[in-house]
Amino acid sequence: MPIFNLSSFSKRLKDKEWGIRCVAYNNQSNRLAVSRTDGTVEIYNLSANYFQEKFFPGHESRATEALCWAEGQRLFSAGLNGEILEYDLQALNIKYALDAFGGPIWSMAASPSGSQLVVGCEDGSVKLFEVTPEKIQFARNFDRQKSRILSLSWHPAGTHIAAGSIDYISVFDVKSGSIIRKMVLDRQHLGVTKSRCIVWGVAFLSDGTVISVDSVGKVQLWDSATGTLVKSHLIANADVQSIAVADQEDSFVVGTAEGTVFHFQLVSVTSSSSEKQWVRTKPFQHHTHDVRTVAHSPTALISGGTDTHLVIRPLMEKVEVKNYDAALRKITFPHRRLISCSKRRQLLLFQFAHHLELWRLGSTLATGKNGDTLPLSKNADHLLHLKTKGPENIICSCVSQCGSWIAYSTASRFFLYRLKYEHDNISLQRVSKMPAFLQSAVHILFSEDSRKLFVASNQGSLHILHLLEGSFKHLHTFQPQSGTVEAMCLLAVSPDGNWLAASGTSAGVHVYDLNHLKLHCTVPAYNFPVTALAIAPNTNNLVIAHSDQQVFEFSIPDKQYTDWSRAVQKQGFHQLWLQRDTPITHISFHPKRPMHILLHDAYMFCIIDKALPLPNDKTVLYNPLPPKNESDVFLRRTAHAFKISKIYKPLLFMDLLDERTLVAVERPLDDIIAQLPPPIKKKKFGT
Amino acid sequence: MVEESVRVVRCGGSRLNFRRAVFSADSKYIFCVSGDFVKVYSSATEECVHVLHGHEDVVSGILLNPNNHLQLFSCSFDGTIKLWDYLDGILIKTFRVGPKLHAIFIPARAEDSVFLTISKEEPDIFQLVSVKLPKSSSQDVEARELSFVLDYVNRSPKCIAFGNEGEYIAAVRDFYLSVYFLKKKKTCNFTLPSTKNKKNAKNKFTCVACHPKEDCIASGHMDGKIRLWRNFHDDKKYTYTCLHWHHDMVMDLAFTVTGTSLLSGGRECVLVEWREGSEKNKEFLPRLGSTIEHISVSPAGDLFCTSHSDNKITVIHRNLSASAVIQGLVKDRSISTGLMVDPRTKALVLNGKPGHLQFYSLQGDKQLYNLDIIQQEYINDDGLIQIELVKAAFGCSGTWLATVEQRQENKSELELQMKLWTYSKKTQGFALNTKITMPHDDHITALCFNNAENYEKPILVTASRDGHFKVWALVDDSDIYKKAIGWTCDFVGSYHKYQATNCCFSEDGSLLAVSFEEIVTIWDSETWELKCTFCQRAGKIRHLCFGRLTCSKYLLATTHNGILCCWNLLSCSMQWSAKLNVSVLEPDPYSDYVAAVSRSTAGSDLFVFKPSEPRPLYIQKNVSREEVQWGVFVPRDVPGSFTSEAHQWLNRSQFYFLTKSQCLLTFSTKSPEEKLTPTSKQLLAEESLPTTPFSLILGKHRQQQEARLNGTSENELIQLPLTENIPAINELLHTPAHVLPSASFLCSLFINSLLLSKETKSSEEIPDDVDMEDKEESDSSDEEKDFTEKAQETNNTDLGEDVIHQLSKSEEKELRKFRKVDYSWLTAL
Repeated sequence: MPIFNLSSFSKRLKDKEWGIRCVAYNNQSNRLAVSRTDGTVEIYNLSANYFQEKFFPGHESRATEALCWAEGQRLFSAGLNGEILEYDLQALNIKYALDAFGGPIWSMAASPSGSQLVVGCEDGSVKLFEVTPEKIQFARNFDRQKSRILSLSWHPAGTHIAAGSIDYISVFDVKSGSIIRKMVLDRQHLGVTKSRCIVWGVAFLSDGTVISVDSVGKVQLWDSATGTLVKSHLIANADVQSIAVADQEDSFVVGTAEGTVFHFQLVSVTSSSSEKQWVRTKPFQHHTHDVRTVAHSPTALISGGTDTHLVIRPLMEKVEVKNYDAALRKITFPHRRLISCSKRRQLLLFQFAHHLELWRLGSTLATGKNGDTLPLSKNADHLLHLKTKGPENIICSCVSQCGSWIAYSTASRFFLYRLKYEHDNISLQRVSKMPAFLQSAVHILFSEDSRKLFVASNQGSLHILHLLEGSFKHLHTFQPQSGTVEAMCLLAVSPDGNWLAASGTSAGVHVYDLNHLKLHCTVPAYNFPVTALAIAPNTNNLVIAHSDQQVFEFSIPDKQYTDWSRAVQKQGFHQLWLQRDTPITHISFHPKRPMHILLHDAYMFCIIDKALPLPNDKTVLYNPLPPKNESDVFLRRTAHAFKISKIYKPLLFMDLLDERTLVAVERPLDDIIAQLPPPIKKKKFGT
Repeated sequence: MVEESVRVVRCGGSRLNFRRAVFSADSKYIFCVSGDFVKVYSSATEECVHVLHGHEDVVSGILLNPNNHLQLFSCSFDGTIKLWDYLDGILIKTFRVGPKLHAIFIPARAEDSVFLTISKEEPDIFQLVSVKLPKSSSQDVEARELSFVLDYVNRSPKCIAFGNEGEYIAAVRDFYLSVYFLKKKKTCNFTLPSTKNKKNAKNKFTCVACHPKEDCIASGHMDGKIRLWRNFHDDKKYTYTCLHWHHDMVMDLAFTVTGTSLLSGGRECVLVEWREGSEKNKEFLPRLGSTIEHISVSPAGDLFCTSHSDNKITVIHRNLSASAVIQGLVKDRSISTGLMVDPRTKALVLNGKPGHLQFYSLQGDKQLYNLDIIQQEYINDDGLIQIELVKAAFGCSGTWLATVEQRQENKSELELQMKLWTYSKKTQGFALNTKITMPHDDHITALCFNNAENYEKPILVTASRDGHFKVWALVDDSDIYKKAIGWTCDFVGSYHKYQATNCCFSEDGSLLAVSFEEIVTIWDSETWELKCTFCQRAGKIRHLCFGRLTCSKYLLATTHNGILCCWNLLSCSMQWSAKLNVSVLEPDPYSDYVAAVSRSTAGSDLFVFKPSEPRPLYIQKNVSREEVQWGVFVPRDVPGSFTSEAHQWLNRSQFYFLTKSQCLLTFSTKSPEEKLTPTSKQLLAEESLPTTPFSLILGKHRQQQEARLNGTSENELIQLPLTENIPAINELLHTPAHVLPSASFLCSLFINSLLLSKETKSSEEIPDDVDMEDKEESDSSDEEKDFTEKAQETNNTDLGEDVIHQLSKSEEKELRKFRKVDYSWLTAL
């Protein structure tokens, strides 16, 4: 199959607001909550290959400053609008917002038992909240300080709180709420006195040691009992912005504005003595910009910052076996599709935080050799720029196959538009009077013939709308299984329009019969979340990709796995395939070649040819394009089912437009970096 | 003098930077290896206090005895460990181990065992073994009970370190760090990634050091990183941190005594002090001159010292200021100038530091000074093409010095510069007189002055590959501003466009011989006329020289294909020729002997002959295994008294030669013990005085006393005897009071002794003493000799003026009698 490069228009996604502000690690469920500067909160499941399981859309006025888990698995955030939010992890919405009445909130910490929350506010107040089963309840104000409270940390016993402010650290007694110790920091930095010293982070250890990180570039250890400085480590020329301590209190990690993450460990001075000291051990430079936040899981150091990367660096000494967890992970792109395409009209719909863009692809008349870049006879057109109303971010969007419908949803409203094409003009008409049940959608999908709209709402129900010219009719609603309110995140409809597959965050995949409007079957549950779904034309085979890189093929008519899928499971996937670190985000099929499955993740594009034998661990998985002069015999011997191409990376979207055209959307990392504020300049030796 | 067999001896100039220097416990002395010897230097005065000789091969390691800090262990390639008393320079014990020893280690708590690096049967595989040193009273002890500790260690002692008072051994090799715990007998191995990519290929370990207080190992790497390892008790939980400043290989590491700082050094010539193991907190001592090869720290903690690749040891104070420099013969680079003798100081002159000429005292085995020729900052970087000092020559008994420097980036671009330096009596040093850029269009192959005494104007001749030889003459360069002289080109000669390869003046300066490839041309130095040519067609001329004194009518030449020819200038015919592949041809300027060193497969052979006869007077086979590169005759201060014909050539001068591995060798009849200047005990006593304010005052007081002594002797005033110099008084004062006779009896004796001592001292004793001193110091440096001469002079005046004040002979006799009485009773006690 000759390949021509056709795409040549570049798109800029707005990334400035995408930087990571805080991360919170939950030990019980092994999940990581990440909040971005635009208020988006993402939940990563560390047990499921760091898959981004859930996300809460951002809000313009909600700049998150602190994130914490309390009472087991309840997630709270606080931000500069002065509100404390609790997230509903089942229904994927915000449970409630509570104003703390202390101005912008800079910091928040949950007590070791999880029953109390403490927030630090702009006006210098530290407020204690009791966590009740339904809500949180204001309990008490601590002694008010002069300047904003930027960091908070509980003593592991829950009796004291250390609060970092500007130029000093205060230690509160939780019972009385009074300040018992005040430790003043030095503003000197390599002989230069700075105007102030901001304590960006504090950590209270069980032996009474308080570790502080500050804007002078120091990591300092204080004895809270006496209020004296025990040890000072100067580690950076710029701010040290974050700190996280391991549960065992034998190591901690700090992140600096220079993009470096330093690991500190408690090591014994000599093998014979019991005396121990904190020693700076390894530096990690995985970020180009400020490391705004760090977390310490039992086996890994997690850092995130302005450069939008979430970096998970495993601690080799804690990892027992060399497997998926032992490798460094760098998560840059969201694990969901932000792009949809209309095959018939060759349109691409790009979803941004606050707007949608519709582009028409260019075309060419020229032909060329394999690998050539052909000149465009018609350039790509920017057809539409659709801005959302209100401060909320877009959750999901979709364009119909015929290109005449666009639907999108924010956290509180659902929008449906009708597009009309008259020569080169385009007219947009909003479909008004949306029904009350269509408030917010997690996933939207149009049927192949563009006559039906499927909406997965955040209450767990699935709505089917029948689209008419300029209006719609509610056909049916599949209610969630009794007792669960889990939202459905992924939908797939069969090309003939008979079957609809839907999957939630944890439960299995449900297949609905659209003709009879009933549940057809449920695919046997699997441990890992589903990352992509698709139903093959003609055969109606459901192909499911999971976050552990497993791919299943399930025959909907037969209600069982296909023979090929069983064969694959029997033999197992190639070792290198299982070690890939980004989930498969899209699956599609070739209309004329039923044996082919096309799928891609962020760094590769793969065609699985079911007719060919599967590779075993001894064969080379990543084969380059076969050279032409090689003998046929050799090719046949080495050919296997996986044809992998890594030409485009990072790859956000790839789909077949027709039998001969493939569209790929690439997002070069350099573009993202270029839009970020410049990093702190460092002199590089030899330049 | 008894005729002895002449043998080849190493004459100093050995590598001082072969191993780490060691400080004595009180930081007063620095010990360093120097070829077969161990040298003891005073850290304050840079003076060599003792030379410990006894090893028969290169000393490969030295260490203070941890159980007695006044003793020093040394090990050598000869397979022995020797224990020394360094204060007196005495060998206490010799332990015979057997195999070649490469390094010695003694952990602080080891009772009587030492650790040694030895090579196994296969070459380049080394192992660390421990040896129990038997406790025996005899001087020569066998210690052959080796117990194996670690295999496959690096040969360099920098790659092995003992930590936590000998509880563990850290050894590095290639990409591995092995930690061996002596008590548990357990080894932990840590490997750095090596093959993955180019970056990791520079991960190689270069050196290791252990923290004195904590369990922390510092390792240096090829890429300039320093890693601090901790928690290495566990194969899995180990952790390390990186310190990165050096851009090139870390050559050595050392912790300070308290462990608060780490010192590192490398090719950057900068000593870096890392405080508290922190990357941000570091101090530098830059511009140390050349690559730091070793760093050592004094046990007292007040001094550091760095050994450099140019054979230098810099003593550095704790506050990072260099306090003293011990400089040996610089042997860092190739010697392109050859060996020369400065006619003024009789110092050996050769290439030194990059761009410098070094003046090296052969007697004192130390560098006198460096003359900066190129006068540009030296940037130490790989692949940078530097300006090289390639030729130098002294003229007119040391008044003039000509140097040639060149820099060749590629074949077509050659930068040449010739500089002429004049000796300034005022500053006692060379000052630049004339700078000539591009004196020739191609490499200068030879350069010589007309050193004949009867020529009023100095003349310099340069020969070059561009086919010309140029004559440079000194002319008056005065203008209205100042009087000046300068050099200018006087004559350009060539011969059929052949490359000029050598030039040489005859002894009387009347003839100049210039060789053009295979042809030797003779020119009249008055008129610059071509007188005659000699052509042997036997190959290109390599060396060319005229005979001296009685043989001045002969011209000698050697060719590249191994022919030595001698022409008679009077008859213009070939006198004789011999087949000899000569690599060095050197005439003795003070006699008519010529030395030739020939290269054969077995080694280098020396032939000494007179040009008048083809028969060699003296042959020494196999003077060195390697090729001899340069040789020179250095005039003797005191003529030797060899009577046999074969050794007569050694009477006037001594022949020094330099081998390819830059070993400076000479011929001597004396044993090395005699050859090297023993240092007087007096010096040692002075050294051992602590520098307190009181000692400073005392020193000043003494100087004043000495000055007064000299002053009085010259002015002939009444000389106050120094009480401590009179033995009678000494003994009187030191005799216990209960055995002394009554004071009234002693009184007269005491006064008499005072009288006597003055007289005898001035008349007899002092001149004798001076003579003795003179003999002792005959081969010490010139300055000292000057001093003794002066002393003699003053004594002479003493004598002369004493005659006037002489007592009558009878009186003198009486006084002597008194003295005899005086002594007899004291000795009887």
